[in-house]
Amino acid sequence: MKALAARRHHPMALLVILLLALVATGGLYVAFQPQTAQAESYTQDDVDAGEALFLANCATCHGRNAEGLQDADGSALGPSLIGVGAAAVDFQVGTGRMPMENSGAQAWRKPPQMNDEQTRQLAAYVASLGPGPAVPDEEYLDTSKGDATKGGEIFRINCAMCHNAAGAGGALTRGKFAPPVIGVDPKHVYEAMDTGPQNMPVFNENNLSPEDKRDVITYLDALEENGSPGGISLGSVGPVTEGLYAWTIILSLLLGCAVWLGAKAK
Amino acid sequence: MTTTTPDTRKQTSDDASSSRVYKLGAVGGDWLDQRLSGGGFVKFIARKIFPDHWSFMFGEVALYSFVILLISGTFLTMFFDPSMEEVVYNGPYVPLQGEHVSRAFESTLQISFEVKGGLLFRQMHHWSALVFMVAIFVHMFRVFFTGAFRKPRELNWIVGFTLMVLGMVAGFSGYSLPDDVLSGNGLRVIDGLMKSIPIIGTYLSMLLFGGEFPGTDIIPRLFTVHILLVPAMILGLIAIHLVLLVLHKHTQYPGPGRTERNVVGFPVFPVYAAKAGGFFFLVFGVITLISATTAINGVWVYGPYDPSPVSAGSQPDWYMLWTDGGLRLIPGWEFTIFGYVISLNMLIPMGIYGALLGSLALYPFIESWVTGDDREHHLLDLPYNAPVRTGLGVSWISVYLILALAATNDIIAIGLHLSINDLTWAFRIGIFVVPVLVFFITKRICLSLQRQARQKALHGSETSRVVRTESGKMLEIHEPLDEFDRWVLVQHDDYRPLQAGKGVSSLRAKATSFFFKDRIEPVSPAELREAFEHYAHEKHEIDSATGGDYRTPAETAHHAG
Repeated sequence: MKALAARRHHPMALLVILLLALVATGGLYVAFQPQTAQAESYTQDDVDAGEALFLANCATCHGRNAEGLQDADGSALGPSLIGVGAAAVDFQVGTGRMPMENSGAQAWRKPPQMNDEQTRQLAAYVASLGPGPAVPDEEYLDTSKGDATKGGEIFRINCAMCHNAAGAGGALTRGKFAPPVIGVDPKHVYEAMDTGPQNMPVFNENNLSPEDKRDVITYLDALEENGSPGGISLGSVGPVTEGLYAWTIILSLLLGCAVWLGAKAK
Repeated sequence: MTTTTPDTRKQTSDDASSSRVYKLGAVGGDWLDQRLSGGGFVKFIARKIFPDHWSFMFGEVALYSFVILLISGTFLTMFFDPSMEEVVYNGPYVPLQGEHVSRAFESTLQISFEVKGGLLFRQMHHWSALVFMVAIFVHMFRVFFTGAFRKPRELNWIVGFTLMVLGMVAGFSGYSLPDDVLSGNGLRVIDGLMKSIPIIGTYLSMLLFGGEFPGTDIIPRLFTVHILLVPAMILGLIAIHLVLLVLHKHTQYPGPGRTERNVVGFPVFPVYAAKAGGFFFLVFGVITLISATTAINGVWVYGPYDPSPVSAGSQPDWYMLWTDGGLRLIPGWEFTIFGYVISLNMLIPMGIYGALLGSLALYPFIESWVTGDDREHHLLDLPYNAPVRTGLGVSWISVYLILALAATNDIIAIGLHLSINDLTWAFRIGIFVVPVLVFFITKRICLSLQRQARQKALHGSETSRVVRTESGKMLEIHEPLDEFDRWVLVQHDDYRPLQAGKGVSSLRAKATSFFFKDRIEPVSPAELREAFEHYAHEKHEIDSATGGDYRTPAETAHHAG
C-alpha cells in the first residue's frame, strides 16, 4: 500500500497538467499560426465608407451585417463574409466578380464596378468584421525574387489539373470552371490562392508559404513572357484545337489544292 | 522517251563523234535499259491511264504526308535521345532550369530551342502526322461512299484499313516519346486498359513497361516501335496498296464512254507525273506553312513527366480521341469475382472499339454477302444510289464523332459555357439515338435524291416557265437533258430483296430486305420512250400556243451560237 500511496498524485495534479497542456498548445499555436503576409492599416473612415458601400451594393445577398442570407428554400443567396478578410474582397470586387452579374454556377469576371478606393474601403469594412487574410504585401508579388522552376512544379502539381498546364483554364462539374490565370494581376492570383474564391480550394500559408505563392506567380509571369514560340497558340488547350485545325484549316487548304489540280484537266 | 532502238546502240558504239544529235535522256535511258532491262516496265507505268477527279487525291495526300514524316522524322532522330535517364535541365528555357527531367524530355527541348530549325521540324513532323491521319480518313470515306471497296478491291480495303490502324499506332508511339506530362498521361491510359484485361492484364503491363509503370524502359522500346517497326510495316503496306492499285486499275465515276472494261483519263507520263509531283510540293508547302506559323505540342508547357499531375485539357491527338471518349462516357462499373476485379468500365469501351473497327474492316465482305454480287466493279456508285450503305457509313461516322466529342467534353463545356455533366449525359444518350436517326435521315435523303434524278432523267430540268393554252390548260416547259447527262442518271445497278428459300437463308433474305426494301424503280427504256413521246406532244402544244417561236433557253443559246 505504501508503495502505491507514494506514487499517488495530488488531486490537483491533473488540473495542473491540463492547464500546462492548454498553455503549451495555445503558445505553440500563437508561435506557429499562419502569418498574414501583410496587414494594411485601414482608418475608421475607410471602414465607415466601406459599410455604406456594402449596404448599398452587397447587403441584398450577404445580409445587412454580412452574416449571409438564405432564400425561402434554405439555399444560400450569399455566404457570410465575417472572417473572409480583406484579400477576399480585393479579389472578388477588384476582378469585377462581385457584385455578381447574374446568378449561376459561378461569378464571371467583368470590368470592376468599384474603383480602387471603393474596393479598399469595402475591404476595410469586411476586414473589421473578423480577422482573415489580408491584401498581400508587394514583396510577395515581386517576380524578380521568385523561382520560376519551383513555381512551375507547384503549378503543375496543384493548379494545372483545373487551370490547364498553360494556365488557359478548364471545366469543372456542373457548369463551374477554373478561369484562365495568364494575364491576371499577380495580386489577384495571390489572393485567389490565399482565399479560395468560388470553387477553388484554399491554399493557406501552411500549404503554400508566401514565398511559394510568389514562385507560382513568377512561373505564370514567365509562361506569359515566353508566349508561344511555335506560332499561333490555338488557345493553348492542347490536342483538341490542334485536331480541329487539321480538319478545318489544313484540310480546306489541301482540298483547295486538290480541286484546283483536278479542275485543270478540263 | 526511253524507247530502245538497236541502231542507236550500234551507232553510239561505232562512232562517238557522229554528226547526229542524241537526246541525253535517250542515251541515259538506253544505258540503263541495257543493264536493268526495265524499259518495258517504265513504258508500262508511263502509259498507265488514271481517271481525273479531285476526290481521288486524298490517298496521295496521305502518301505525301508520310514522305514528309519520313524526312522530318529522320532529322529528329539525329538529335533525339530516347533515354529515361534522369538529368538536370540547364538549357535556355528559363522556367524549367534546374528541373529534373529525363534525357528524352531534355533532348526534345534541345531540338525545340537549341537545334537550328529544330522546332520547325518538330512541328512539321507533328502536323504532317495529323494530316496523314486526316487524309487517310477522308480517303477511306471516299472509297466507302462510292463503293470502291467492291470486288476486286476488298483486299486492298483491308490493306488500307491496316494502314489506318498502323497510323494510329505510329502516332501514339510518337506522341509518347518526348516524355512530357501529356504523353505520360496517355501511356497511363494504355497501362490501365491493359491491366483491365482479366488475369493476364498485369503481366502484359509489366511486360510492356519492364516492371511497374512507368519504369525506365518504355521510351526506348516505343522509340524502336516508332522509328523502325511501324514505319517499315507502313512502307511495306503502302507498296502493296500501290501495286494492287496498278493491278486493279483505278476506279472511275460513271460517265459517257466509261465502262467496267476501260479507264478514261490521262497517262501517267507526262500528265500525272507532273500533277503528282506538283501536288507533292503543294502538300509539302501547306504543311511547312502551317508548321512555320502554328504551334503544336509545346512540351515545355506540359512539363517533364511525373505520374502525379494531370492537367485540365489532357487529350490525345485527334485520331485517338475516340478511344478516350468511351472511357469518359462509361459509368464506373466493376465487380469482383474470385478476388479478381473485372473493370467493365474499361472492358466495355474496348469491346465497342473492337466492334467499330471490325465492322469497318469487314464491311466489303458483309455487303457482298448481302448482294451476292460476284461481278467486278470499276465504275463507282454515286453515294445516293446506295442509300443503305451511305446511311450505315454516316451512322458509323456519327458514333466515331460522338466518341471523339465525348473525349473533348471539358473543352466543349468551357468553350460553350455548358455543364460537363449535362454534356456527358447528352453524349451517353446520343451514342444510342443519333446513329439510328442519322441512318434513317441519310437513307431518306438518298432516296429523295434518287427520285429527283429519276424525274430529271425522264422529264429534263425545270425551266420555271409555264405556258397556258387558249383552253386554259397549263403546260410546264422542261429542258431535256442531253444523252451524256442522262446516262449518268440511269446507269446504276438495281438490287431487289430476296425471298427466303431456294438456297437463300432467311437471314440473308432479311438482310437483303434491310438493304433493298426501300428502292426507287430505275428508269426503264419503255418509260423513257413514253417520256420522249410525251415531251414531243407537249412541245407541239406549246409551239401552237406560242406561235411556234418559243425556244427553251438552251435552244436559244444553241441557235445564237
